[in-house]
Amino acid sequence: MADYEVTKVLDLKGLPCPMPVVRMSQEIGSIEVGQVIEVHTTDPGSLADFPAWAKSSGNEVLDTAQEEGLIKIFVKRVK
Amino acid sequence: MSVDVAQELQELKQKVDALEPGAKPKLSMIVFSGDLDKMIAAMIIATGARAMGLEVVQFFTFWGTAALRDAKGSAQGKDFMSKMFGWMLPKGRNKLTLSQMNMAGMGTAMIKDLMRKKNAPSLDQLFEMAGQLGVQIKICEMSMDLMGFKREEIIDYPHLDYCGVAVFLAEAQESKIQLFI
Repeated sequence: MADYEVTKVLDLKGLPCPMPVVRMSQEIGSIEVGQVIEVHTTDPGSLADFPAWAKSSGNEVLDTAQEEGLIKIFVKRVK
Repeated sequence: MSVDVAQELQELKQKVDALEPGAKPKLSMIVFSGDLDKMIAAMIIATGARAMGLEVVQFFTFWGTAALRDAKGSAQGKDFMSKMFGWMLPKGRNKLTLSQMNMAGMGTAMIKDLMRKKNAPSLDQLFEMAGQLGVQIKICEMSMDLMGFKREEIIDYPHLDYCGVAVFLAEAQESKIQLFI
């Protein structure tokens, strides 16, 4: 069971590179520090890109989950 | 023994700064190529870099400059050579062709069709996004002159400027990443 609450769900299904991280960077400011965004994407590159984006932007990927044709990424705003 | 952590940290920071003078989270990119495939790569990297929080400066030179022509733009008072170049070079980003497998335009049409089907952003969308994200575009004055392009033929872009090689070098010197495409 996850020990965090999702504040917002961001639907990025169907968008290929570089859109997922571009949209993520635009949306991170819409939640408060400490809150979590749940991202839905179909771009397999996102699994590697989101942790890289988080490291570079000083935020945190809490968890990733893969379902049938859907990737869920949980991003916490750290700063 | 007591240690002043704050002071030690400060001294360490100064040492690190001295090791990499002026290296900022910035990407300086030369866009030399006027090939469609390389232009797509350049714009994806540029927009991606803005998402990563990097400052981005693109320097368009040589064949890359033609990609910034306005498809509907025109200019008066050109000499013969400038007119020749104007006719022969692609008139804007939507007239670029692939560097390989162009096959008289068939390959380029196929790639564009494929990108549409895969929902990949087109050059139009990438340039619009770059403008919104604050990607800076600087155009080499010498290329403009060489190709005979005038400023009124260049696209409207929110962060557009003209420059020479020194501006690129000054930006590149303080950038963590430099690319030549």
